[in-house]
Amino acid sequence: MIPISAYLIVAAVLFGIGTVGVLISRNMIVVFMCVELMLNAANLALIAFSRALNIMDGHVFVFLALAVAAAEAAVGLAIVLAVYRNRETVNIDRFDMMKW
Amino acid sequence: MSSMDITFPAFDLRFMAPEIFLFLWALFVFAYDVTSKRKSSTAAGYLAMLGLMIAGAILAYTNYGQGYGSMFLFEPAAKFFKIIFLGSAFMAIGSSFGITKERIINHRGEFFGLILLSTVGMMFLSSSNELLSLYIGLELTTIPLFVLASFFKDNKLSVEAGIKYFIVGAFSSALLVYGMSFLYGLSGTTDLVQMKINIAMTHLTFKEIGVILVLANVLIIAGLGFKLSLPPFHQWAPDVYEGSPTPIAAFLSVGSKAAGLIAFAKIFVNGLYAFNGPEMAPNDWGILVGILACAAMILGNTVAIRQTNIKRMLAYSSIAQVGYIMIGMVTMNDLGIASVGFYIFAYMFANMGAFAIVAIFEERTGSCEIQSYAGLSHTSPVLATTFAVFLLSLAGIPPLAGFFAKFFVFASAIKMAQADATAGWLYWIVGVGLLTAVFSLYYYANIIKVMFFSKEASPYRVHYTFPSFGIVLIGIAGVIIFGLYPEPILKFASDISLSFGFLP
Repeated sequence: MIPISAYLIVAAVLFGIGTVGVLISRNMIVVFMCVELMLNAANLALIAFSRALNIMDGHVFVFLALAVAAAEAAVGLAIVLAVYRNRETVNIDRFDMMKW
Repeated sequence: MSSMDITFPAFDLRFMAPEIFLFLWALFVFAYDVTSKRKSSTAAGYLAMLGLMIAGAILAYTNYGQGYGSMFLFEPAAKFFKIIFLGSAFMAIGSSFGITKERIINHRGEFFGLILLSTVGMMFLSSSNELLSLYIGLELTTIPLFVLASFFKDNKLSVEAGIKYFIVGAFSSALLVYGMSFLYGLSGTTDLVQMKINIAMTHLTFKEIGVILVLANVLIIAGLGFKLSLPPFHQWAPDVYEGSPTPIAAFLSVGSKAAGLIAFAKIFVNGLYAFNGPEMAPNDWGILVGILACAAMILGNTVAIRQTNIKRMLAYSSIAQVGYIMIGMVTMNDLGIASVGFYIFAYMFANMGAFAIVAIFEERTGSCEIQSYAGLSHTSPVLATTFAVFLLSLAGIPPLAGFFAKFFVFASAIKMAQADATAGWLYWIVGVGLLTAVFSLYYYANIIKVMFFSKEASPYRVHYTFPSFGIVLIGIAGVIIFGLYPEPILKFASDISLSFGFLP
């Protein structure tokens, strides 16, 4: 039997990798993948808690969170495509037309 | 349980009648625009406004109640915020007829339908009393707004705004879900009221969970802070407001912000209020949010001074306004959450009106620079005067509604600080608020100065197009009427605090 802490550590590591990736990555697609990684880390934590507590609420939450993430991905990739058509780049450093 | 207590789930649908209607109406607006033969530039917009009005009428006749366990709860707080969402969507749609006439030629139905869908998400969110439905409502609010922010897909600024909003929005929702997963793990439930009890019970035996609770609080404050543009999570707001279509910027600054506020109130005031006690000091989110509110007021009001673009200036002004609103949120008494409601209500009229004027002006001149407003009072005196009234209300000048909004927020905080010795830090926040309110007068008055005291007349004469100017008049009426006569709204707003369990 694998203890719940093992799952939570994996989730925390995944979440950390995702966060660092979002903050340092320059390619928009990679940023987007890192956000998905963060969401899946959260899903893993939810599933682990749900299994450990023997309540099904967490499973339902994960199903809906996955559906939401898919909708977000559809919209996000469409926006990335629109950006690429305009600028012919997906490098985040180039999106500096507006600054304070 | 007796047989009388068993209800058919379908029966619970009556509590969400306005949402269901508005959702179907949004689909109807999509379908209408695709199938209609004669492309009218206004029909889809008027249809959407009609739908919002009917949804408001249905809302007025919906009874209070609870459905699907605790997933959907329709009580005074939900009703108050739903009125704000419907009102801000109505005013955003009303002020976007200019851009649908010239800049959005092919996808008018999508534009208005997505605004309606986002409103449906906000309305669901304000009725949820449970993490799962709250998360779904929040995402249904944001995902259409990603599309709306980048709606001018051939415009470089608009798609840049869209991608920035998208990355920030997706990042913040990931933070939020991770924080929610900890709350779920600690309490074993997604119901916010039950969660409060469960976590308190667990805390009695395992003191160590305090650390995880702090982590969960920080993650959720960060996740919702992005929606509220609360510093240090505010950097996206000016860029997105500048790049996105002006009515959408207005909708983001009022509707989306009110949605973030109600989500914050649901999770923290409703769900974690038990941890505002001295015996659980590490879990006290109040002081942390209070510091962020101070940062919002200082940063928003000082950086707004040096802006040259009016939409960016209004963005920093809205960051500052969130700081004032959060004072009410961290004040844990019956007046606090009521003053939040009144503030966002008054803010809706002033801010939507100001953005409506920016939209009218941009449509005529194509410029959002503050300098191009010079001498506007000579050529378009009505427009300049109404704009001045909105700016004065935002600054909080009596007798406009914005003054009473600030007054009630400060009064509730001072009352709490006097009543409870551990809440003395609220005095500091009120002090910062009063000081920065003086700063804010500078940049609001600067625009009035540019418009009224310029030697040369403006080269632009702005025409009053019908629905947009109607929105401006609604805003003026709201700002003045609820400034002179705030009692009915205040009474309604005090019901909000009852919903959150604060007895007067």
